[in-house]
Amino acid sequence: MILKGRVWKFGNNIDTDAIIPARYLNTSDPDELAKHLMEDAGKEFPSKVSAGDMIVAEANFGCGSSREHAPIAIKAAGIQAVVAKSFARIFYRNAFNIGLPIFESEDASGKIKEGDEIEVDADKGAIRNITRNEEYTAKPIPPFMQELISAGGLIKWTKKRIEAS
Amino acid sequence: MTITEKILAAHSGKEEVSAGGLLNAKVDLILANDITAPIAITEFKKIGAKDVFDKSRVAFIPDHFAPQKDIKAAEQCKMLRDFSKEYDLDLYFEVGRMGVEHALLPEQGLVVPGDLVIGADSHTCTYGALGAFSTGVGSTDVASAMATGECWFKVPESIKFIYYGNLNKWVSGKDLILHTIGDIGVDGALYMAMEFEGETITSLPMSGRLTMCNMAIEAGGKNGIIVPDGITEHYVKGRAKREYKFYSSDKDAKYAEIKEYDCSKILPTVSCPHLPSNTKPAAELSSVTIDQVVVGSCTNGRIEDLREAAEIIKGKKVAPDTRMIVIPATQQIYLQAVKEGLAGIFVEADAVFSTPTCGPCLGGHMGILAKGEKAIATTNRNFVGRMGHPESEVYLSNPAVAAASAVLGRIGTPEEVI
Ligand code: SF4
Repeated sequence: MILKGRVWKFGNNIDTDAIIPARYLNTSDPDELAKHLMEDAGKEFPSKVSAGDMIVAEANFGCGSSREHAPIAIKAAGIQAVVAKSFARIFYRNAFNIGLPIFESEDASGKIKEGDEIEVDADKGAIRNITRNEEYTAKPIPPFMQELISAGGLIKWTKKRIEAS
Repeated sequence: MTITEKILAAHSGKEEVSAGGLLNAKVDLILANDITAPIAITEFKKIGAKDVFDKSRVAFIPDHFAPQKDIKAAEQCKMLRDFSKEYDLDLYFEVGRMGVEHALLPEQGLVVPGDLVIGADSHTCTYGALGAFSTGVGSTDVASAMATGECWFKVPESIKFIYYGNLNKWVSGKDLILHTIGDIGVDGALYMAMEFEGETITSLPMSGRLTMCNMAIEAGGKNGIIVPDGITEHYVKGRAKREYKFYSSDKDAKYAEIKEYDCSKILPTVSCPHLPSNTKPAAELSSVTIDQVVVGSCTNGRIEDLREAAEIIKGKKVAPDTRMIVIPATQQIYLQAVKEGLAGIFVEADAVFSTPTCGPCLGGHMGILAKGEKAIATTNRNFVGRMGHPESEVYLSNPAVAAASAVLGRIGTPEEVI
């Protein structure tokens, strides 16, 4: 799987209240949630983001609440993948469970700038910065997570297991 | 093995597990609330399971936007109620019987030592105070576990936090955990188990232990945990609805790191905007004026917390330009506060005394901040916009500091008002 897109850059500790503020959590409709993605983070993000874009952030992306609304809103806004130095753990598992591709990479998040065009090779864990002509590596995705992704997320994985038993 | 590893091993039918391993474990209890259960319900239906794995082990608690604050919130709460009826769930808590989930479940004896608990809420880590492994997961995890009774985990590494020395006056579990997060940072324990021990913890009451484990997530932790002892036994005896088991860590258990804190050096602590790790002694913040004070939440909404706040505010008044909102975390705590006369103390001091709800803690309702307003709260998060407008500010503290600040109209210490 090759993902290619334009980058929105964020800093350290982007929390789930920043990704999708709690005041919008009286719904779980993905399109409704996407309208308010990163609304409080400045940048007029919801009106400027377009399908196919990528998010690149520093450390501890998605910290705070367990709200799955956060990766759901990101996915519904058409963001193809999130690259960060590290992810908060509930966000990490939620992303795999719902099938939002995420990549942990030390040097990528340090060097990629807002507006850069990047290409992520999900199978190899290679990230290419087309704008700057640089290459970075992402941490390999553990085999179990790969199994989740190829099953199409946790729900489909569970469904298969139940049907098989 | 550590206590965390032992509980994970016991629930996955393994003799031995070690940090980094992935496993499928059986869960003892699953929790979701009015924000996270709707997604879990939708996803559960997609699985096509005939029933939930165990009707007595799925707890649905509408507490965040309940009592239902608007039509959309009411629709979400109704989904919980309808699902609970359809599947005949034992643990559905209607308004009037509910409380903030992480205060309610331990109080009702529904989580017990040795349990493995997951909840679609990040502060599920609270029950580690009882010697359980409990952690927050997403709604999809809950959906899958409701069908299978199992959940996947990566065995976390553990960090040991040792606390020694006597606590200063007006210093409680909240100050210990804020101080710790201030020391290690909001990702200082990322993916890890935080094991709290030492002589100070041995004498820390259950309320303080629950507060500490509650905020493990604010350091990025997967779970907080305290090896059960006499205080645990005293707390669970008489309330536990199931058999329980005490696990402990082996002498040769492996830790990624060991941190020590001399508690005699820890003062009443406040986390400044906009990160829980941004800590300072309360005494250094006396120039910060306060528009709103909140005492409540799963962190500090227990009877002990209300008593502490009432002790400070008794016979005094909330400052003229400040409002104070006190929210007991459960119905039982509410009733107890009425019986002990605490409700009267707050109302006579011009504070609001609310029915149990998460309310303002996550900026839901019952005390939302306007642009530019500042609050001091006994809650657990002070991210941008957490309690209202993106340009409002939240300071986190223990109940005594919050109550003193209410009287002063600015951040202050209990000594200044008592
Ligand atoms: S009181 Fe606050 S932190 Fe606790 S469960 Fe409710 S919203 Fe979450």
